[in-house]
Amino acid sequence: MSDDQRPDPDKLLQQVQQEEARKKRGRLKIFFGASAGVGKTYAMLSAAHEAHARGIPLVIGLVETHGRAETEMLVADLPLLPLREVSYRERVLKEFDLDAALAFSATHAGGSEPPLILLDELAHSNVPGSRHPKRWQDVEELLAAGIDVWSTMNVQHLESLNDIIGGITGIRVWETVPDTLFDTAEEVLVVDLPPDELLARLAAGKIYIPAQAKRAAVNFFRKGNLIALRELTLRRTADRVDTQMQDWRRMATGGATGQPVWATRDALLACVGPGAGGEVVVRSAARLAMQTGLSWHTVFVDASSQQRVDEAARQQALRALQLAQDLGATTATPTGAEVAEVLVRYAREHNLSRLVLGRRPGRRHWWGMSLTEQMAELTPDMDVLQIPLPKIKQEGRKTRWRAPGSSSTRWQGYAAAVAVCILITLATTPLHSVLELTNIVMLFLLAVVGVALRYGRGPATLVALLGVAIFDFFFVPPHLSFNVSDVQYLITFAVMLVVALVIGQLTASLQAQANTASERERRVRGLYQMSRELSAVLLVEQVAEIGAHFMMAEFAAKSALLVPDDHNQLQIQPGASAGVDMAVAQWCFDKGEVAGRGTHTLPSCACLMLPLKAPMRLRGVLAVQPAQLVQTSLFTPEQRQLLDTCASLLAISLERIHYIQVAQASTVQMESERLRNSLLSAISHDLRTPLASLVGLADTLSLVSPPLSVPQTEIANAIRQSAQRMITLVNNLLDMARLESGKLRLHCEWQPLEEVVGSALTACDPILGVRPIEVRLAEDLPLLHLDAVLFERVLINLLENAVKYTPADKAVHIGAEVLGDNVCITVDDEGPGLPAGREEAVFGKFERGSRETATPGVGLGLAICRAIVQAHGGRIQGENRMEQGRVTGTRLIITLPRGTPPLDDGSQLHATLPDKDDV
Amino acid sequence: MNKVRILIVEDEENIRRFVHLVLAAEGYEVFEAVSLQRGLIEAGTRRPDILVLDLGLPDGDGINLIRDLRTWSTIPVIVLSARSYEADKIAALDAGADDYLIKPFGTGELLARVRAQLRRQHIKASTGESLIIFGNISIDLVKRSVNRAGEVLHLTPIEYRLLTHLISYPECVLTHKQLLHAVWGPGHIEDTHYVRVHMANLRKKIEIDPSRPRHLLTEAGIGYRFCRLEKYQSNGGTTSAISVANCSDFPGG
Repeated sequence: MSDDQRPDPDKLLQQVQQEEARKKRGRLKIFFGASAGVGKTYAMLSAAHEAHARGIPLVIGLVETHGRAETEMLVADLPLLPLREVSYRERVLKEFDLDAALAFSATHAGGSEPPLILLDELAHSNVPGSRHPKRWQDVEELLAAGIDVWSTMNVQHLESLNDIIGGITGIRVWETVPDTLFDTAEEVLVVDLPPDELLARLAAGKIYIPAQAKRAAVNFFRKGNLIALRELTLRRTADRVDTQMQDWRRMATGGATGQPVWATRDALLACVGPGAGGEVVVRSAARLAMQTGLSWHTVFVDASSQQRVDEAARQQALRALQLAQDLGATTATPTGAEVAEVLVRYAREHNLSRLVLGRRPGRRHWWGMSLTEQMAELTPDMDVLQIPLPKIKQEGRKTRWRAPGSSSTRWQGYAAAVAVCILITLATTPLHSVLELTNIVMLFLLAVVGVALRYGRGPATLVALLGVAIFDFFFVPPHLSFNVSDVQYLITFAVMLVVALVIGQLTASLQAQANTASERERRVRGLYQMSRELSAVLLVEQVAEIGAHFMMAEFAAKSALLVPDDHNQLQIQPGASAGVDMAVAQWCFDKGEVAGRGTHTLPSCACLMLPLKAPMRLRGVLAVQPAQLVQTSLFTPEQRQLLDTCASLLAISLERIHYIQVAQASTVQMESERLRNSLLSAISHDLRTPLASLVGLADTLSLVSPPLSVPQTEIANAIRQSAQRMITLVNNLLDMARLESGKLRLHCEWQPLEEVVGSALTACDPILGVRPIEVRLAEDLPLLHLDAVLFERVLINLLENAVKYTPADKAVHIGAEVLGDNVCITVDDEGPGLPAGREEAVFGKFERGSRETATPGVGLGLAICRAIVQAHGGRIQGENRMEQGRVTGTRLIITLPRGTPPLDDGSQLHATLPDKDDV
Repeated sequence: MNKVRILIVEDEENIRRFVHLVLAAEGYEVFEAVSLQRGLIEAGTRRPDILVLDLGLPDGDGINLIRDLRTWSTIPVIVLSARSYEADKIAALDAGADDYLIKPFGTGELLARVRAQLRRQHIKASTGESLIIFGNISIDLVKRSVNRAGEVLHLTPIEYRLLTHLISYPECVLTHKQLLHAVWGPGHIEDTHYVRVHMANLRKKIEIDPSRPRHLLTEAGIGYRFCRLEKYQSNGGTTSAISVANCSDFPGG
């Protein structure tokens, strides 16, 4: 079908946007090798030499020469960025200086070639206290700043291959680089060396190995290992090239390939359970996602509130989740008691059709079905992939017990369980003869329920077991013996035990669910309350206060709200309790990313910095400083979610306040505008009306009979002229006021300049009298975009000026011509010229050519001209016309932008209209 | 012949008084009204030949009066308005006013406008005239030819239509919108540069000095006026009294 062939516009747009984002970003080139010693650094430096020779501004950020002479020679010729000295544990270490690198690139930005920085060892871990814990994060920041980076890396440092290589070589490296960085790199260049040659080089001592790692390294450099590593390197690179090939094909066909690469937009769901092994699942899923090009999610179903889960195992799961996030997955921690159901619900909600689960040999749910089997049962339409997990060591399982609360309450629970059993025994022993045995059983069951409610599963189970034992020992004949006289009692024991255990389990899990629900409800209520309070606030300070209050109540954490001032510098709002590192906060605000504790950026900072993202822009930063008692540096995912929700609520409130202020300001402005306008029109009406009467009535005097005498006529004329002058003055003042208010609206239309000149000359007819006027407008003048009324006013003012300052017989010349993109209009007179050095000053308000003069006017004319011309986007200036060193007159020059006049003048249109007789 | 009757609708007493005085001195019969309502009643009962109307009236906008009036009368309307309210003037002209005067105005100016409108009325009365002459230009409406000092002028169809439309409303201000509507039809009333471009071309052919036109006058920001007389004194004064005197000698139509 033809529809299928058409490129999807959304996809194309997305592609274009990605292209643009890529253009702005710096390019990363990775020199990729199978192991140390293949010559990556050497290859990088050689390439750098060539680039340097081509004039690309480059600098070595950091290169480890490992004392190799050839490499050192290469380094010597290239510019070096000085290293930063960091003191750490009483030692001074040298580290790559990120800020210096950014500063270097800033000085070279804007050139034809983007600056380039060489950074060896992409996987390196920075000295604690650096901005980022890992060097690849430094690289990310450099790339984001538009700087090109060249770096080197060994295959074993790739995150997704990390465990495989660990398995092959027996040596696990902890410094890893996420695959996304590797995959998004502009170029990956494999530096290859056959294993035999590498071994030869090792034997020749050309490969530097630190003394302490010598033995491990020797184990590492076995031929089998090297072959495997080489294969992995080449294969991983081939995968990358393959992806590029696919991309290229998509691009080449304009995104409209006949056969879509992925028929459906399905994706992977990796499920992480508590305990070790989660990372294995995550890495496998990451590899799978990368190979198939699918997006993927990772979830950890947090059932800790319902089931006993070891805190350490839970932390492991959360770390695996963090790893998944680093590898590019979308992560979530849904909660619920039935893991399988939660997983299936999540998968359905997000349209994920492939599940990746870990399988541990021999591990089963207590009711007999493994999670995988349950999943298969629930989702017959989904693919379920199982990843084998290593068997958990026995000592790991010992600590799987977890009760709500601290260890002291746990022991209290067991003590209480024992105490309750003793109490029941003591209470019922005297009544033994009175009470039926069944009732004693009931009492014990009651105790189980009570303990389960109060102390949870463990103590309840203890009560159940103890209860059966005590019942047997004390109450069932023969007394004070575990022997049983009647076999029927065995049934009683069995039923009692089962019932007690089940009741205990159910009660405890109900209680736990109730606790979770009430906890969640409390949290939601807290959020509700905060949002309600926030909805009423009108001041930033109040937002800060409410935020701090919420943080304290919900997390027992100190916090601070930072809001940018007019210069985008963050300011701490009053009510802040946390000690804020302003540099970190500013970084967080500038980049719009979380920073500080528990993040990749400046994790040594005491606070977690959350950018407050509102729909329009960043509104500030929320700094959260967890209480000292809470040792976990990571917030749990739910807490982070809550924090993020809280941050966005704060952000929206700040934005709302901002717009309230904007609205208030504009209301005030509109109000003052309205006031000024009504004042202006009132003044203009009230001043002009009596003046108009004055002029008219003075005129009328000459019409009355009997006719006036000659002196009376003269007086009437004088009155008229004075009134007329007054009118001019008032007009000028009002015009100036209107122009000054800055809200002058031009009614610009395209028109020939000739017309405006004509109407100005017609208007000036009375004052020009017999004065010769010369108009010389170039033939090729384009239409100009002018407000006819205002521009006529400019010309009238200039003509009036010329008349005012020159004798009555001197000519006035008006000219216009095209000068490049401008049109230049000149008005020349033959008067005394402008006073020397005051060519600019005459355009000021209340300025006149010479101070003391009998010439009427207040000197607003030229100021009005300038205001009008500037409103048209042009300029006006004055100069003296010189001839043989003598001033022959004044020239006022108006320069207007030419613009793009419409080409259509209606001639064509008219031809098509039916001819009709108008006359 | 009866006296010419003129109705003044103006709320400002002094202006009303001097307009009355001037027009009465000229021999016209003058009636006054101080509000929009009174104005309409007077216009209906007195049947004036010319209406002089202030736009800012206490009980409403003068434009509404023009609209009402135009439903049953075609008498010339001269609008009095303050400067810098182009939009008001354009609205009044589009509503059917024929001319406007900017306050403050001189008596000479006022009389000139009144006479021009009366003259126009006279021309209208004697229709059938097919040869129109002004300056050194003669237009034969039957032959559709335009001569300048005896020589044939070549006008484009647009120019000819613009010219004939303008001269059919002598002494009246025609807005850009009205001209566009007449020549290009209702679809192009925003394209004011059409009129301006062709008007400029027309001036080059008709006027002796196109930069100081004598017949095809520009009303900045508003439109155009065809003036049959040689010279129009727009800003009155002592000089205007003389020119007005000259004007009055000119035989109308």
